[in-house]
Amino acid sequence: MMARYTLYLAVALWLAILAGLKYLIHPPMPASVLMIYMTLSTLGILLFVAADEARFQAFLAPLKSVFEGRAPLAAQVLVLAGIPLLLGWGAWLRTAPTWDAPFEPRVVHPEPPSSFSLHGRRIETANLKNPLRLPDPVQLEKYTQEGKTIYYQNCFFCHGDALAGDGHFANAFSPIPANFRDVGTISMLQESFVFWRVATGGPGLPKGATPWLSAMPVWQNLLTEEEIWKAILYIYAGSGSTPRTWDEEAGHEKH
Amino acid sequence: MEAHLTDTITLASTPQALKGTYKGVVKISLMLAATYLVAQGLSHYLPAADYRQFFGFSNRIAVWIVAELHLMFAAFVLGVPIFAVITEFVGKATGEKRYDDLAKEFTKLLAMAYTLTAVLGCVLLVLFVALYPKFMGYMTKLFKPTWLLYIVLIFGEVVIAYFYWYSWDLLQGARKKWHLLLGVLVNLWGTALLFVADIWVTFMMSPAGIDDAGNLTSLWAAINNHTWMPINIHRLLANVAFGGAIAAAYAAVRFLNAKTDEERARFDWMGYVGSFIAIAAFIPLPFAGYWLGREIYQFSEQMGVSMMGGSFAWLWILQAMLIGGLFLASNFYLWLGMGRIPGAERYVKFQIPMMILLTIGFIVWATPRSIIASGAEMSAMGGSHHPFLGLFGVMAAKNTAVNLMILTTFFSFMLYRRGNRVPAVPWAATGKIVQALAIAAAAGVVLGYGIYSYSVPSNIRIGFSVYQVGAVLAAMAVFVAIDIPLLRGAQEIGAIRWGQIPARAQYALFFLAISFTWLMGLMGYIRSGIRQYWHIYGRVMDESANAYTMMHGHATIIVSCITVIFFLLVSVVFWMASRNEDGEGEAK
Repeated sequence: MMARYTLYLAVALWLAILAGLKYLIHPPMPASVLMIYMTLSTLGILLFVAADEARFQAFLAPLKSVFEGRAPLAAQVLVLAGIPLLLGWGAWLRTAPTWDAPFEPRVVHPEPPSSFSLHGRRIETANLKNPLRLPDPVQLEKYTQEGKTIYYQNCFFCHGDALAGDGHFANAFSPIPANFRDVGTISMLQESFVFWRVATGGPGLPKGATPWLSAMPVWQNLLTEEEIWKAILYIYAGSGSTPRTWDEEAGHEKH
Repeated sequence: MEAHLTDTITLASTPQALKGTYKGVVKISLMLAATYLVAQGLSHYLPAADYRQFFGFSNRIAVWIVAELHLMFAAFVLGVPIFAVITEFVGKATGEKRYDDLAKEFTKLLAMAYTLTAVLGCVLLVLFVALYPKFMGYMTKLFKPTWLLYIVLIFGEVVIAYFYWYSWDLLQGARKKWHLLLGVLVNLWGTALLFVADIWVTFMMSPAGIDDAGNLTSLWAAINNHTWMPINIHRLLANVAFGGAIAAAYAAVRFLNAKTDEERARFDWMGYVGSFIAIAAFIPLPFAGYWLGREIYQFSEQMGVSMMGGSFAWLWILQAMLIGGLFLASNFYLWLGMGRIPGAERYVKFQIPMMILLTIGFIVWATPRSIIASGAEMSAMGGSHHPFLGLFGVMAAKNTAVNLMILTTFFSFMLYRRGNRVPAVPWAATGKIVQALAIAAAAGVVLGYGIYSYSVPSNIRIGFSVYQVGAVLAAMAVFVAIDIPLLRGAQEIGAIRWGQIPARAQYALFFLAISFTWLMGLMGYIRSGIRQYWHIYGRVMDESANAYTMMHGHATIIVSCITVIFFLLVSVVFWMASRNEDGEGEAK
């Protein structure tokens, strides 16, 4: 019985999804993501409609009646005028001038170099490990506490009290400082990666990761190697995350 | 090639089978000899250089296009025999001739694709020697024994594969077991060829067995490098999926051009079997890919980060789009197929929840971690990560989504299978409840671990994907283990009306084939591109003008061009296969 309303139900569902995504999600999702979601929703609806012959014919029936001239004149005018108007509106939306700054794409995790310079020495990233991550819990705790002091003296202003990338100066930067509590940041990375990022800062980023406007200082100019490792111990401990590690045995077998 | 193709019409006697095989061997010998002479001639006459241009065209792009096309045809000719021989085994076991005919139909495509594979391989070799002489000189120094082995294997493969094809009608009845043995040998030889070819490509990614000066210290270490076995397995599975998808596309072409109901029924069935093979081999593929990714990270974090989080990360969104599309298309095809199964209308009610699950899964799967946003949108979000949508951008969400999509597609297939049957066993109701519980439990495990994984460190989170996959595979195993006895002696509502499927279902099969091809090209580019400015990662630098990473737009256009060229060439194979059959029909 509902079959004759298939087209209208599909359109209503499409509009409901659009309204839901546009108005119920806060902060609003960027247009690029809305475009992906709506394309996939449209695809889902159309494939569902076309996956059953009876359903498909019911969906097409009102369209056929319009394009074959059997529908009331008002409906024909509405559809035939509506399509070019919609297309025109779409074209205008795409071409209308905007005051937004142009989008600058950037990569989340720039690839680390195989080696980098630290206080005039070459450091190989491949086998770099945190020398202060000791099995002795007392020692480890001592270094972590020292790291906390270093963090509050140097990193806190941008990366914040909760290590969530929301320090006092955070909003002045684009990109904003890293949120260490985010599962997609330090917990996905080995400590060697974090060490390289801290030691070389924004200027140490590889060419492949341009355009980079990172305001991260080159911390090796301000801290010793040991101080950097201590700060790294703290950002993992303080944010409740652990560094990414590999199965040591498997790695050794191969080498 | 023309003479060879017309020969395929008659496949009856021993002398003819031997003659066909002999011709194949002569052909490949001539090709290899010509390739050797051309390569030697070019090396001799061209002025010495480390790199050469291809008539003013980029040497990298020339090699890229030919290598990828060669790889696609090679994947096809290595993948098809795997399921051709399985289909032949099914035919032998069930005694149903239609399976044997189908296996022969698959193999027919193969016989013609061999020539194209060999021609492309020869062109590729000439290009390598002419355009990258210094690099090829180094590789030859390291891998000469494997190259000799490769040539021996090529001859072995040609002899067995041609004999497998030409002896089809000869080795029937009591002699069928010998034909099956030939089929198994074709596959063993083909797999060995693949494994040898993978040595060189994986060595370039994750070199081992050489000292600091680049001298070989252990050939076996160079062969058994970090990525060799993961790529072997990944390619083996992908070849089957790819071969199935191309065979299904061939069936779709034949279906759309069919003039009789009998033909339509035959090719409808072939398309269904091809797509089933493609999807069945596709389901474990992400797990093999995951193993490869892990080995890449373990070999070099730099390379791993470039691949997944750095410059190549956006290409994975394209990959996600294509894979999500594959899931939608395969469900769409199955649902349309249920229209020709009497009794399958009982299961139409499941389509709404399944489509909702698939669409939401696809949406999560395609959500980028780092979102494209204008300045105003960025400040509203507080950065390039959306506080809510950002949760969908990480692997925890994507693993969950893809596992649920796999489970849904599996369920679709099981409903399709049950379409016209009503279980007759007394324990049918209990069996169905256990099946439903198995699916629900797997979905619960997948979802539960997916949510829980947000609160654990990444090294533990990685382990969760094993539980998720394990739950899905276990549910599938339980479901099938119950389904087989459940449907034994089932009452049949009516026979499947093969051939009575809307034409648009065939376009879903084209979509599968095109997506698989595009994915192969794209993933191949990522795998090769992450070496960046190295021929052999970290050891031999690419010193040519092309040692840069392309813009994604440029690279994907080349991948698209390769896909188009591949389908043009495949169309020739399809056309010849159908023309041959027309000739065969007329001869009869």
